[in-house]
Amino acid sequence: MESKSRLLKGLGTGIIFGFLLHRGGVTDYNVLVGQLLLEDFTVAKIILTAIVVGMIGVHFLSDRNIIELKPKSGSFQRTLSGGLIFGVGFALLGYCPGTIAGAIGQGSIDALIPGLLGIFTGSFLFAAFYEKFSDSIDKNNFKVDTFPELFKVNHWKVIIPLSAVIIIFLLWLESIGF
Amino acid sequence: MKQLIFAGSWSPYLVGTLIGFLSWSSFIVSKKPLGTSTSYARASAKLGSICCGDTVFDWKYYQKYKPELEWQSMLVIGIVIGSFISAVFSGEFNLSFIPQTEFKSILNQNIMGRIFSAFIGGIMLGFGARLAGGCTSGHGISGAFQLSIASWISLISFFVGGAAAAFLIL
Repeated sequence: MESKSRLLKGLGTGIIFGFLLHRGGVTDYNVLVGQLLLEDFTVAKIILTAIVVGMIGVHFLSDRNIIELKPKSGSFQRTLSGGLIFGVGFALLGYCPGTIAGAIGQGSIDALIPGLLGIFTGSFLFAAFYEKFSDSIDKNNFKVDTFPELFKVNHWKVIIPLSAVIIIFLLWLESIGF
Repeated sequence: MKQLIFAGSWSPYLVGTLIGFLSWSSFIVSKKPLGTSTSYARASAKLGSICCGDTVFDWKYYQKYKPELEWQSMLVIGIVIGSFISAVFSGEFNLSFIPQTEFKSILNQNIMGRIFSAFIGGIMLGFGARLAGGCTSGHGISGAFQLSIASWISLISFFVGGAAAAFLIL
């Protein structure tokens, strides 16, 4: 087991995260499903803002060797199929793994009982699936993990244009009344 | 400040910015990005051992992700507490089974329908997150801002799959 201080750091980070998720409105079924139906863009606004702020900060810190980045790896078929299955589950349940914990905190029993039980069951089914098919699941991983490595450019050449595109998109969303 | 603490909701841009700051501090303080779905996978071994015996602990996946309490599990528990605190402060805490929504359907306004949609949805969410290697926070926020290729494909697939399903069923 990890040290007590590490567990406390996790708990503290989670408490702030949960507070923000609830305050942002994204522990609400209506807001999450509203995003999937393209009627409410709260989720997109929060995620995209967090991406821009997070992206600039962590790359600045990593350039100065203050932190070490840990980008995820995977394969095209794994992330595409997993992502689509996840999306359908997201629409049915109305919460995702982070926001369901927030929904439990605000008193949603549908999140606590059938929802949570479903996530455990689905994760267990994957472990069983992985037991049989780990070789084909782990196959064809991307040769490099990140876009700057893929395009062989300095990461700021991706961060700056991407931030600009996201900000323009958010301004446009506001301008058309969302 | 007092007004902000008791306000029902904050601007999504403020919340997004603060989640961005929280991501920096998570890297600095805990050397880890924000994420949640791996914790459910770790915990699922315990549930699985009830149905299929203790041999499940020897499975390859549970050797990789041991069923133990660690940083991220505590983060998920923290989310429950943080959301509870926020809900109490803003007077929005209430026990409910049927979500209040303007998108009414038998899947969310009927008890059996809601049990079905939440349970089946949960299964797909759990399975899909493990296959993709992360969820809306691990891939969608933390992975995307580290410019991970896998994370951007996942993030787009989450919302494409989600929107397609939502338009079909609601």
